[in-house]
Amino acid sequence: MIEVKNIYKSFEKSGVLSEINTTFYRGKTNLIIGQSGSGKTVLLKCLLGLYEADSGEIIYDGLSSKDMSSDDKLNISREMGMVFQGSALFDSMNVLENVRFPLDMLTNIKESEKYSRAMKCIERVNLINATNKLPSELSGGMQKRVAIARAIVMNPKYLFCDEPNSGLDPKTAIVIDQLIQEITREYNITTIINSHDMNSVIEIGENIIFLKEGYKIWQGTNKEILKSKNKEVEDFVYSSELLKKLRQ
Amino acid sequence: MNFLQDIGKYFLMIKTSFVKSCKREIIYKQVFKEINDLVLDSIQIVSILSFFIGGVVSIQMALSLENPLLSKTLIGYATRESVILEFAPTFISIIMAGKVGSYITSSIGTMRVTEQIDALEVMGINSLNYLVFPKIIAMLFYPFVITISMFLGIIGGLLAMTLTGVPSEAYIQGIQMDFDSYHVTYAYIKTLVFSFVLATVPSFHGYYMKGGALDVGKASTKSFYWTSIIIIILNYIITQLLLA
Repeated sequence: MIEVKNIYKSFEKSGVLSEINTTFYRGKTNLIIGQSGSGKTVLLKCLLGLYEADSGEIIYDGLSSKDMSSDDKLNISREMGMVFQGSALFDSMNVLENVRFPLDMLTNIKESEKYSRAMKCIERVNLINATNKLPSELSGGMQKRVAIARAIVMNPKYLFCDEPNSGLDPKTAIVIDQLIQEITREYNITTIINSHDMNSVIEIGENIIFLKEGYKIWQGTNKEILKSKNKEVEDFVYSSELLKKLRQ
Repeated sequence: MNFLQDIGKYFLMIKTSFVKSCKREIIYKQVFKEINDLVLDSIQIVSILSFFIGGVVSIQMALSLENPLLSKTLIGYATRESVILEFAPTFISIIMAGKVGSYITSSIGTMRVTEQIDALEVMGINSLNYLVFPKIIAMLFYPFVITISMFLGIIGGLLAMTLTGVPSEAYIQGIQMDFDSYHVTYAYIKTLVFSFVLATVPSFHGYYMKGGALDVGKASTKSFYWTSIIIIILNYIITQLLLA
């Protein structure tokens, strides 16, 4: 579980995040949604420790960011897995090498164990026939699946996904969403997904945080968001005229 | 102000690349890969350039020494001095700023654009140690390339003189004349300094670049511009300190 308390973050004196208070639950797919420029990525990067908030605190299963030593920060970062928007796979490595990379870099376990752990994750994302392929030989959806396998190979407590289905067709996007949700439940991890895709929101949004201009406007589940009377949420969910008519 | 900030950032980058080291076997693997990409892959172009420029230098020397009172051995002597003191260490380094420098900037820059560097950081890996440190170590082998350049430059001069009709004995006598080994030491000191610049300045431009694919190209150009300028300025400072 990750608790966010009163986070404020600015860049060059302009506030990007203000008064963010929320909780991201373990074993659930937590979604941060909002329009472009609403502060979703900045919040995600604060949670990842890539940005340091100007004020406020982030509590990772009882450990506050305020009380963390540099060793604590390193340990927490090693309990995090991240799926980047563009997958961020290493171009010169094949699928197997990409997935076992964190094991090679951060653990001292035997080669055979590294191999079996990496293969287990590759199998989990249904890519067992693509282990020797380079990222450039894979489709967008397959690249995302490799990125998920790499993110879970270290058995993380926290999984972060930045727009995991951007650039994918709606069908593949749902496959990726479902895979993330299954993995979240199976490994009982705290998953936080940054998205503006309404299909994802409806499909896997168990805990949704809606941001607008750096403020948290609304929080609830996928069922609640469709019935929300909040004007901003309504405008976001029913952004097209067709959806508005359908709702009426 | 930005310029001073960048200088500070550059030295911090170098410092960070030496701390929080990745596992030794990973670094070894990266160093061997970089030796191949940065040093061995440069030998071909350096050999071709050195051979032909050595030839051109000797022809120009021969043209300048047409006076019958001047010994033909001076052609070999002047070619050797030009190649060892300036052409091989400095001009090859500027050419390498284009070849190796733009390769380093574009490869690290692409990793930045495609979030691969962020991925390393999120995993808790010191990305500078993983990406920049092996390049610095690999470039310690750069003097090997310069040795080849010196040798082929002088051989190129010999061949050009043979084709021009200057007796090869005179040229060989010239390259042995008044040999001062300190000049070679000076050339290698310069080369080592330049190798550090060639590894770090392009890395800095790639690592801290912002933007998209187009900006990777711009960063490579900027990296070549600054690497060349720094090499030329350091060349003057080192020459002033060691030869003046």
